[in-house]
Amino acid sequence: MAVTLEVPATQRSVLDAIESAYPMLRGTIRDQTTKRRRAFVRYFACGQDVSLESDDHPLPVAVAEGREPFIIIGAIAGG
Amino acid sequence: MSKVRVLVGTRKGAFILTSDGRRSQWGVDGPFFGGWEIYHMKGSPVDPSRLYASQSTSWFGQLVQRSSDGGKTWEAVGNKFVYEGISGTHQWYDGTAHPWEFKRVWHLEPSLTDPDIVFAGVEDAALFRSLDGGMTWNELAGLRRHGSGPRWQPGAGGMCLHTILLDPADEARMFIAISAAGAFRTDDGGATWLPINRGLRSEHIPDPEAEVGHCVHHIAMHPSRPKVLFMQKHWDIMRSDDAGDSWREVSGNLPSDFGFPIEVHAHEPETVYVVPIKSDSEHFPPDGRLRVYRSRTGGVEWEALTAGLPQRDCYVNVLRDAMAVDSLDPCGVYFGTTGGQVYVSADSGDSWAPIVRDLPAVLSIEVQTFQ
Repeated sequence: MAVTLEVPATQRSVLDAIESAYPMLRGTIRDQTTKRRRAFVRYFACGQDVSLESDDHPLPVAVAEGREPFIIIGAIAGG
Repeated sequence: MSKVRVLVGTRKGAFILTSDGRRSQWGVDGPFFGGWEIYHMKGSPVDPSRLYASQSTSWFGQLVQRSSDGGKTWEAVGNKFVYEGISGTHQWYDGTAHPWEFKRVWHLEPSLTDPDIVFAGVEDAALFRSLDGGMTWNELAGLRRHGSGPRWQPGAGGMCLHTILLDPADEARMFIAISAAGAFRTDDGGATWLPINRGLRSEHIPDPEAEVGHCVHHIAMHPSRPKVLFMQKHWDIMRSDDAGDSWREVSGNLPSDFGFPIEVHAHEPETVYVVPIKSDSEHFPPDGRLRVYRSRTGGVEWEALTAGLPQRDCYVNVLRDAMAVDSLDPCGVYFGTTGGQVYVSADSGDSWAPIVRDLPAVLSIEVQTFQ
């Protein structure tokens, strides 16, 4: 999916835009109240795991410009 | 022509099983929400096309799904379950104080009178209500604020509110059960709650006859007699004739009185069904024989129902919400197993046949009857 963001684009602005466009996703990626990422969800940008970066850290330019995806994925977990 | 629709929640999705009133030829639809745990799915008694489903995974948390066409299509509705006020603490397994944390919805109970009103029993134990078809949820916080709340402790499966019984004769009265706090009743629409555990006895808790702290697994009621309740406790089958004010044991001649589900026949209020399980550490039927037990005397005297059920090498479990009855005549009885079988009896339990054998582990069964 594509979303339109203000600059600078951050994890927070991407997730806010996604949840605004698709309200049914609220609570499935991050907690509805604290906005903390769910434990078994990871974020990737330009091939890098950016899950532990600050919510307000600017995303890579290629992601902000829409040339690369911001990937939200369920973590590999279990046996 | 009469027909039945069986709503099956499993570890990896939902399934809908349909048949005409003979209940011998079945259609199987699903999986819906494949890969997701469907803890419970239930239809509105006043609008059978309106279904609610609790959908969750450890990865992506809780969703609530709603259908307005009997399960053909679904839409995600509200999933914001926030404890009212300061959430406080309950006891953890080691006795230390632990903050209340929402984990999942175990049970959805649509209102008896309004398809847009639905109750949700959740883990960590609390009761929520929606007045707008599941779009928004508010806690009935009087339950969790009962003075005993800080002493509630989780059972092995978590601290879940798993049973919600609405009194058809009194809209202000309902019963709920929590593992492992016990049973509670409200007589004022959920504003205040009373523990109703007098007569329960649970060994291996500090006070075996405590006001709260009992691991109640499930409670059942016949709608024509809402003051008579039947309970499958962790161990013991119990009966109350006074809306839970007092309980007496009716385990009688069962081979084991440990188990999870309990149900009442649709037309015979004194006919009760349980599925004995060997023990709390060995969650399978005694002797590897899957037997439903039926009492036609409201407990104490039980008969084994075995026709059509595996009588050797069977080591499945039947979970608390995985048994239901239809309201046809003769009454149909249904249960699902952790091995993925769903069995039906179209003759009140005298004989059984599998509807399906190879679903994911079955978490819940509900039945809708269309006359």
